[in-house]
Amino acid sequence: MHALEYAMKKTMYEKIWDSHLVVDEAGQAPLLYVDRHLMHEVTSPQAFEGLRLSGRKVRNPHSILATMDHCVPTKNRNLPIADPIAKKQIETMAENCRVNGLRLYDMTDPNNGVIHVVVPEHGFVHPGMVVVCGDSHTATHGAFGALAFGIGTSEVEHVMATQTLPQKKSKTMQVVVNGELSKYASAKDIALAITGKIGTAGGTGYVIEYTGSAIRELSMEGRMTLCNMAIEAGARAGLVAPDEKTYEYLKGREFAPSGQYWDQALAYWKSLPSDDGAEFDATVTLDAADIAPQVSWGTSPEQVVGVDNVVPAPESFADETKRQACESALAYMGLTANTKITDIPVDYVFIGSCTNGRIEDFRIAAEVAKGTKVANGVTAIAVPGSYHVKQQAEAEGLDKIFIDAGWEWREPGCSMCLAMNGDELTKGQRSASTSNRNFEGRQGKGGRTHLVSPAMAAAAAAAGHFVDIRKL
Amino acid sequence: MEPYKKHESIAALMNRSNVDTDQIIPKQFLKKVERSGFGQHLFHDWRFNDDGSDNPEFELNKPAFKGAKILVVGDNFGCGSSREHAPWAIADYGFNTIISTSYADIFYNNCFKNGILAIKVDKDQLDKLMAEIAANEGVRFVVDLENQQVTTPGGNGFSFEIDPFRKGNLLSGLDDIGLTLKHVDKIEQYEQQHKQQFPWLWA
Repeated sequence: MHALEYAMKKTMYEKIWDSHLVVDEAGQAPLLYVDRHLMHEVTSPQAFEGLRLSGRKVRNPHSILATMDHCVPTKNRNLPIADPIAKKQIETMAENCRVNGLRLYDMTDPNNGVIHVVVPEHGFVHPGMVVVCGDSHTATHGAFGALAFGIGTSEVEHVMATQTLPQKKSKTMQVVVNGELSKYASAKDIALAITGKIGTAGGTGYVIEYTGSAIRELSMEGRMTLCNMAIEAGARAGLVAPDEKTYEYLKGREFAPSGQYWDQALAYWKSLPSDDGAEFDATVTLDAADIAPQVSWGTSPEQVVGVDNVVPAPESFADETKRQACESALAYMGLTANTKITDIPVDYVFIGSCTNGRIEDFRIAAEVAKGTKVANGVTAIAVPGSYHVKQQAEAEGLDKIFIDAGWEWREPGCSMCLAMNGDELTKGQRSASTSNRNFEGRQGKGGRTHLVSPAMAAAAAAAGHFVDIRKL
Repeated sequence: MEPYKKHESIAALMNRSNVDTDQIIPKQFLKKVERSGFGQHLFHDWRFNDDGSDNPEFELNKPAFKGAKILVVGDNFGCGSSREHAPWAIADYGFNTIISTSYADIFYNNCFKNGILAIKVDKDQLDKLMAEIAANEGVRFVVDLENQQVTTPGGNGFSFEIDPFRKGNLLSGLDDIGLTLKHVDKIEQYEQQHKQQFPWLWA
């Protein structure tokens, strides 16, 4: 190594980027090698069609893992899918995977579930990899120190055909979260607080690396929740440096290196964290102790406040665009400025999704739900992110806690996160949801979504309105 | 992909920020397995009333914007999901040009894969264009990608920056995959080295 290279301090993003460059020539976009390609039924059929029409083949079927999640029903799974178009999409996925020899965990497979929940369970993503999926929440896998980002369907086809992607190098943003989280504030609250602070376009053009003592304290599940929502702040990807927790999590899983390769892989993974003194293009700092449980009040994930706060008034925003956005959000959400968050009633509660559908999420929600009853007029559903999460929760008796409290305990799938599968709000219904987006109509046309953590969702189900769980 | 040619077209105005892909193409239309036919569902929840009739309040339903190829829209357009159905719907509806201050990352990439020129302007410039359209609905702008110029009858023309690679692909209508496969020897070389460095990924 040259002395100059010794002197160059690199961020983790730069290390992964440099090690995956296949072509870097003037006058053309750099080509980045892709290690893992994840798939689901919604964003892949047109890519397979394109491949077929051009007579191209999947270059490395080994790099692909697919599940069915967006369109699958979460109840009555023994019956045929009622929606004929969804049924066709599911069948098309199965056929495309069969023809191309791809690994698919279909609806009946014991490994089935939401792609971003299933993939880590099998140790399919490792630190230092480049990982893509036709899904913006691919950012989840940054929790392992992998550069993971969402792509469009044309790019899905591109990766299948070439195992590479033309990419523009992103800028780097360091989000430092130091200090100790208060009781019942979680990774979800950190993610919402960051989005509230920098806005949904605050991370555009950047890859975020989350650092600081509060991030180190998070479990792997918590880091996945955090990175999952990097896209909600507009970032291309989120990253957390691998550490002992990462290695411990991966060890022994199906696709993790084993035997002679484990030590070799470990040595490589330990070389990945950003060098001391590496420079980021931007830095944002939060104190974990200041983060109250968050509740979104509007139709964008940046429209969020602490539960002890009130719904903001349009005139409280100096920026004209934000003022207008607040006005139209309040109209859509049916809310009045200055209403206490804890006075907002809910009709529906959803725990699940690639953001909060992991075992830890159900454990903490069950702890809050234990011995309570779902409030009159409220429907509450708990939807495990995968079949393994479901089994684990049932082994721990969590399903009984939810059922005894009046919840529905469902089969795994994306469910009400995006309402493509029969689970949805009706017009005017208001939800407390552990998912990631509160866009207009996201959970059903005219539905009103409030994003919260699993513990906050469970407390809202019992009370019929939002509750400051720190005071329970 | 059709090569992108210089054109003069109606510029439609949507003065809204943070328009997300769930609004551009709501999720109930994502179940198709084809690429075509999404234009009829563009902005569905805003564009149509509950009974399926046109919502006259919605900007793009204004008769003056009929046949528009240029969409002028507020900040952070296309945020949210990675669904390429969003640019498919925009292109299928008839737009080939978007002008805004900023776009979400994935959406921006997806536009160029589908023959849509997404132009970035500063806030001042956007305000001028919006004012010109608002004062004269149905006004036609000229977009010249070759020379990176937009001209307007109101004199609010400007030149814009664009990545030369994206520009070249739009002008030629060339397929990205074909371009990448010219480097297939380098991909193979990379894979050989990758196999040696990370044998556990290939075991």
